[in-house]
Amino acid sequence: MANKILAYIEAKDNKFRNSAFEVISEAKKLSDALGCEFDVLTISDAGSDELNNLGAYGAKKVKVAGLDALNGIYGNEIKFSHTAFAKVVSETAAGGGYNIIVLSATTFGKEISPSIAVRTDSALCPDCVDVRINDGVITATRPVYAGKSYVNIKFNSDKILLTLRPNVFKAIKGNPVNPEIEKIDINSLNISAADFRTIVKEVVIASEKLDVAEADRIVSGGRGLRGPEHFNLVENLAASIGAATGASRAVVDAGWRPHSEQVGQTGKTVSPSLYIACGISGAIQHLAGMSTSKCIVAINKDKDAPIFQVADYGIVGDVFEILPVLTEEFNKLT
Amino acid sequence: MKIIVCVSLVPDTTTKIKISDSKKSIDEAGVSFVINPYDEFAVEEAVQLKEKNGGDVTAISFGTDKYKEAIKKAFQMGADTGILIKSDEAFDSFTVAKNLADAIKELNPDIILFGKQSIDFDGSQIPSMVGELLNIPSVNVVTKLEINGDKATAEREIEGGKEIIEAKLPVIIGTQKGINNPRYPNLKSIMASKSKLIAEKPPTYTGNKSEVTEMHLPRAKSKGKILSDGAASVPELVKLLREEAKVV
Ligand SMILES: Cc1cc2nc3c(=O)[nH]c(=O)nc-3n(C[C@H](O)[C@H](O)[C@H](O)COP(=O)(O)OP(=O)(O)OC[C@H]3O[C@@H](n4cnc5c(N)ncnc54)[C@H](O)[C@@H]3O)c2cc1C
Ligand SMILES: Nc1ncnc2c1ncn2[C@@H]1O[C@H](COP(=O)(O)O)[C@@H](O)[C@H]1O
Repeated sequence: MANKILAYIEAKDNKFRNSAFEVISEAKKLSDALGCEFDVLTISDAGSDELNNLGAYGAKKVKVAGLDALNGIYGNEIKFSHTAFAKVVSETAAGGGYNIIVLSATTFGKEISPSIAVRTDSALCPDCVDVRINDGVITATRPVYAGKSYVNIKFNSDKILLTLRPNVFKAIKGNPVNPEIEKIDINSLNISAADFRTIVKEVVIASEKLDVAEADRIVSGGRGLRGPEHFNLVENLAASIGAATGASRAVVDAGWRPHSEQVGQTGKTVSPSLYIACGISGAIQHLAGMSTSKCIVAINKDKDAPIFQVADYGIVGDVFEILPVLTEEFNKLT
Repeated sequence: MKIIVCVSLVPDTTTKIKISDSKKSIDEAGVSFVINPYDEFAVEEAVQLKEKNGGDVTAISFGTDKYKEAIKKAFQMGADTGILIKSDEAFDSFTVAKNLADAIKELNPDIILFGKQSIDFDGSQIPSMVGELLNIPSVNVVTKLEINGDKATAEREIEGGKEIIEAKLPVIIGTQKGINNPRYPNLKSIMASKSKLIAEKPPTYTGNKSEVTEMHLPRAKSKGKILSDGAASVPELVKLLREEAKVV
């Protein structure tokens, strides 16, 4: 069977997320290695500038299913439906003869990918951190046991669905191309109101703050900060480098910080390019959420704290003395 | 109300991972196994729904004999009956999902609860796979759930906020921390759990779509540069971050 790749990309308010560029870049890399075509699919009402910009990452063809048109099938006021999205991706893949589907392992991607795998009868490897091709055979690597180990996965099927851990694969701009934009007629996909099994009525954005799961830089605070009133030190440091703020479970459980900021096994999994841990001991469950960060900096007064074992850089010392000075130094940078 | 909760058994979170000789799985010697932590939220939610609406809770697990431990924990927390789909073979998520879906279908439940993710293979796939296999709604990473007649309203955690989702019963819910506080079994519930029965069933489906070819530990980091002069080390740290790591 000849290979053909479909890169499904996510849009938020008709703008593409960073993960979209990562997915296109990886799909392009795989298509080059396999010597096959790849096309891009989006379900959105993104404008032509947004769509044409995808050419910068090598997208030659972009298939667009309109979100309003899709929601129109259901009829009532809704934001969207995960199950309807899964059906659009599955029908497009089946109809176009795509045997490899790639998307991002965001909370949205994680919700729809298992449905797509069942519908298209594909082998699913979730949360990949590496995908390789040897002699035309695909293998993927993904973390298990909360990142304490990794497995290589081989597929017993030529239909494959890969979800890519956000922030791990590089978004690569190459020679820009002018993508062909193909509008999908939603009525050609055999979708009915019954396919809208779940209905998203409302999307509530907790705060305008950058979420840890999407941030490229994170400054996290732990029990070493001693109380919620001292987290301005963490926030100021974060602000000085445009970072999101994160937290350990100990301080979330204590009610000092919201659960949305928790990094770790029972919180968010992050892999930013810079992670600064302040007054965090580095318990195995915390490391589970951040050990794939590209550069880890630890600030802790205990030189034997386990966080130093995964740190690329660190200072042994008091956060109350170090954070203000570090903030000041970062503010001086241009 | 007919309630089902799917439970898995996983190594305790503090387990130090050693790779087995086959290089395809972990070495289980000395590892203690517990019910998947997220499944405790699912069991708690199931039992609370029973307490509010009447009915009964069936706990289902797919795996080896050992997985009965997860069902027993569900019993201690208040589940009424248990089913073990017994398999000694290695399995991927689809195989588990297909077997669970077949067992669930026979029971005709109103609601099926899962944990959001099993902390061994961290797939986060099974709830939505089962939903697709049964053609019923599924919502994962749920932090709040309300059932009103045949309508479920769930809050689902997403990056930077939440989604409010509606679906008709029967519905699948994958539970996330925050939805409730799992109870500690007391002596009475532990005693009562001893008389509860676990029915065994053979798998309805075998055959894996993917397999593990190798398991390995994370690449060891080269030793980090740890400075020890407290605040006086800040300028050097910033220089390293700028010139060596090139991250600021
Ligand atoms: C099932 C389970 C799931 C879990 N999930 C998570 C999770 O998702 N995320 C998570 O983070 N944890 C999780 N944990 C908890 C984890 O085991 C730790 O308890 C937690 O991470 C500790 O938080 P901490 O580092 O802030 O606090 P502590 O371990 O108390 O560490 C505080 C650190 O601050 C340092 N310190 C103190 N004062 C100062 C100072 N003035 N200057 C500099 N340093 C100072 C100390 O040396 C110490 O290293 C989980 C635990 C379990 C059992
Ligand atoms: N072997 C199993 N038997 C029963 N339920 C399971 C099993 N594995 C996973 N589950 C359920 O599916 C949820 C998600 O698991 P996973 O998709 O593997 O991350 C878990 O929290 C359990 O509720």
